[in-house]
Amino acid sequence: MARILARVPVRAWAGLLPFFLFAAAFMLLPAGTLLVGSFLDAQGSFSLANIAHLFRPSILRSYLLTIEVSVVTAVGGGVFGFLLAYAVTLGGLPRGVRGFLTTFSGVASNFAGVPLAFAFIATLGRVGLVTVVLKTVFGISIYDGGFNLYSFWGLSFTYMYFQLPLMVLVITPALDGVRREWREACENLGASRLQYWRHVALPILMPSLLAAVILLFGNAFGAYATAYALTGGMLDLIPILIGAQIRGDVLHDPNLGYALALGMVVIMTLSILGSNALQKRSARWLP
Amino acid sequence: MKRRRIAAWLWITLGCLYFFLPLAATFLFSLRAKKGVLSLAAYTHVLSDPQFLRTFTFSLEMAVLTILAGLALIVPTAIWVHLKIPRARTLIETFALLPFVIPPIVLVFGLIRTYSRPPLPIVSSPVLLIAGYVVLSFPYIFRSVDSGLRAINLRILTEAAQSLGASWWTTLFRVVLPNLRAALLSAAFLTFSIVIGELTLAVMLAWPAFGPYMAQVGRNFAYEPAALSVVSFLLTWGMIGLMQALSRSLGGPRSVVGGTH
Repeated sequence: MARILARVPVRAWAGLLPFFLFAAAFMLLPAGTLLVGSFLDAQGSFSLANIAHLFRPSILRSYLLTIEVSVVTAVGGGVFGFLLAYAVTLGGLPRGVRGFLTTFSGVASNFAGVPLAFAFIATLGRVGLVTVVLKTVFGISIYDGGFNLYSFWGLSFTYMYFQLPLMVLVITPALDGVRREWREACENLGASRLQYWRHVALPILMPSLLAAVILLFGNAFGAYATAYALTGGMLDLIPILIGAQIRGDVLHDPNLGYALALGMVVIMTLSILGSNALQKRSARWLP
Repeated sequence: MKRRRIAAWLWITLGCLYFFLPLAATFLFSLRAKKGVLSLAAYTHVLSDPQFLRTFTFSLEMAVLTILAGLALIVPTAIWVHLKIPRARTLIETFALLPFVIPPIVLVFGLIRTYSRPPLPIVSSPVLLIAGYVVLSFPYIFRSVDSGLRAINLRILTEAAQSLGASWWTTLFRVVLPNLRAALLSAAFLTFSIVIGELTLAVMLAWPAFGPYMAQVGRNFAYEPAALSVVSFLLTWGMIGLMQALSRSLGGPRSVVGGTH
């Protein structure tokens, strides 16, 4: 950093001033406000009480729930997204299928929030089309069977709609880097399909896979609109709690909201840092 | 070989089922507003609602302003970095990717608490909403513009233009920007599709935008939300489709990873 500064004339840096001013005003300052607020009590003096309150059972449960939804949808979306990407890259399908999947994934990963929640309510809600057809035509009542769209699993199933395509978009380039020669070399040496995947392909792909899954994790962890529109705030996810705190002091502790937000940023930062570190490792093998 | 292809078809079929069943079901559901017959009643009802037009127009304006503000901020910065301080690229990129670490709900929380008190009480000004949207679309605009700049030889282009006597202004508007048009357009389309139905910032800053309107329709009606969902999907499809068609014909960036959820 110091070296970068030293060799470039000050005038050159001045050209970046508008960008840095904007970033300071609308990213760093708000983040700083939250950071400082997390360590203040209601009277404005230093306190660790907000941070300590994060470990209250109810708050801890919310964090756990948010992490669970993110992990389930990241791993689920990761596995199925990988299989889809595998099908169009190495699976020997016509090229058109791949173009279609890529385009569709671009659309679906952007189709989120309120309209996505509506689509799943119209499909799998209590009077949703699939729910009704299953009941009247096949005699299966999924809601009596324990399914509920407005619950943990319903929300996770809905999140998959943007998680899966994101995985396809992120992992396809890595799968493109898997060379045919590796498989052929393995086959020549007498390895089975399973051995090839277990000892060659998966270890090479693992950093990319983990990085992609971590990206998916962050994607679900920060989601607010979909959860809000689907469950109307019935599930105590951390984003929903923060949203409620903005609308009014539901935690009866204005500064606890800051700490909640800080906790989110810390978890997101750790996940992105982890993802970057892994991506650097995979750069050794894959283009 | 054969088994591999069968497995591939199986995964694709399952994927299509998961992706298209909700779309088909939502579409059929949206047609059932009138008892016993399929009709477009839900669409005519929601599209003729003056609130729909008002909120949609509002979000449209916000989207356009966000695109203009975001490009005005990022394009000169990115060009400057490429020409004058290539080593600062990592620094700018870190900033541009910061929104990935700050979820929208946290961003809006910070914005509200920072700007609802002196010295800058602008919490009820649209400036804050647009600034927030610019932050949300930062990563996408930056990536687009950055990969667009890397694809052209900026230094040679600008030096050629200037040795022919062009001013900075002419160089920017008649040489650099036309060469970036695919990148700029794809950034614009992606930003549009993020802003048009955005809920979190709009609802927390209390703006009558399209996202909060959809949420409100969802609370009050049964079939109209499905109609809105279909309309939104078509809109997203249109934007992303246009973007991909453009990058195919103009050779711009293909990355469409994005969206706020």
